[in-house]
Amino acid sequence: MNLDFTQIVPYIPFMLEGIWVTLQFVIIAIIFGFILGSIIALVKIGKFPILRFLADAYTSIFRGTPLILQLMLIYYAVPQLTGYDISPFLSAILTFGLNSSAYVSEIIRAGIQAVDKGQKEAAEALGIPYRPMMFKIILPQAMKNILPALMNEFITLTKESALVSVISYLDLMRRAQVVGSDIYRNFEPLMFVGLIYYCLVMILTLIGKYVEKRLRTSD
Amino acid sequence: MIKVEHLHKSFGKTEVLTDLNTSIEKGEVLTIIGPSGSGKSTFLRCINLLEQPTSGHIYLNGEDITKPNADTLKLRKQVGMVFQHFHLFPHMNVLDNLTYAPMTVKGTAKKEAQSLARDLLFKVGLSEKEDAYPSSLSGGQKQRVAIARALAMEPELMLFDEPTSALDPEMVKEVLDVIKDLAHGGMTLAVVTHEMGFAKEVADRVIFMDQGMIVEESNPKKFFEKPETVRAQSFLDKVL
Repeated sequence: MNLDFTQIVPYIPFMLEGIWVTLQFVIIAIIFGFILGSIIALVKIGKFPILRFLADAYTSIFRGTPLILQLMLIYYAVPQLTGYDISPFLSAILTFGLNSSAYVSEIIRAGIQAVDKGQKEAAEALGIPYRPMMFKIILPQAMKNILPALMNEFITLTKESALVSVISYLDLMRRAQVVGSDIYRNFEPLMFVGLIYYCLVMILTLIGKYVEKRLRTSD
Repeated sequence: MIKVEHLHKSFGKTEVLTDLNTSIEKGEVLTIIGPSGSGKSTFLRCINLLEQPTSGHIYLNGEDITKPNADTLKLRKQVGMVFQHFHLFPHMNVLDNLTYAPMTVKGTAKKEAQSLARDLLFKVGLSEKEDAYPSSLSGGQKQRVAIARALAMEPELMLFDEPTSALDPEMVKEVLDVIKDLAHGGMTLAVVTHEMGFAKEVADRVIFMDQGMIVEESNPKKFFEKPETVRAQSFLDKVL
């Protein structure tokens, strides 16, 4: 067996820097995706058929095409169309944020619609207006359905973020490739960043479990 | 207090209410009975616009609540509703269930809302449950809380949609007793029910519905002893 982990030692700081680079755009994409996804979810359960159609079409397109295609379209095709030379960082945030918002909107929509219809009727019968009904009656109950699925979506996004290596964004994954071609050994650097991804996902999983537990105690 | 004129309601092509005409007087206890699917609940739900009538008019204290720009919120402040399946807010304790709507809708101060809520809980016999969450209550207790929650808005009229149908038999009485207390206290009530004993004993007037129409409308004594229509007769033969 030809394995020598000592060879990657000089490159460890370089690869560790990738954690922050990856987290930076993952966190921004998650927040962006969550906000946009929430708005789209509210549109989907809203009253306006045209907006509802647009929201459904949006979700369908972003869920129905490969993420890597969306990424390449935004990175390579946007400059061709607009002349604006988009940076890998911005492309990554846009792609992952837009893509994630499609999934998040479905998670939130389904969570809200899973709340017993009687809750809305009871609130209406008491004369409670739409906003307080949504924010104080429906959403607190929907959270129990939404949060676990949402955590899953964040985990998926964190792992898929490795795709940005194809637009030469220097994230964790890309750094492993750079090191690999530098020392002519791929196994060690790939194993190293693989371990880091696993740790990141485990941390997210633990947070998710903790949140779920907190929700359950309010029953 | 309530006047219903030529009320029609269709779901798609299915007509569920056909030309209803009736009224509810202040202080009156009206019960609505009839077989399943006869439109009783839909009729009740039209009165507070949980269902939008397809055509016809409903007047509350002379005001047409079915006209397009009617103030639905104002209507609902005056009309309380109790559901078959209670629909308490599961993430709030009993006291918050009672105070949330008055504080949010009417802007009642917290202290005031709580003291009214405690009075009402005492009235329905659940004073010791104010900190409990709905999931820890029995069906009968849930329904009594639901009644108190509706009363907390101090409505002029209370609608009950089969309030005891989802209850275990031994809990029916405790809920009916609360409704009877309301009736004796002079509250205006419209009750959709399968409890013939309750209708007989408490109602001032009985409406018998079948296939979306009011088939018979009279006082309970007359209705239960000598119904005028064949359909009411055969219904009573089956349920009594």
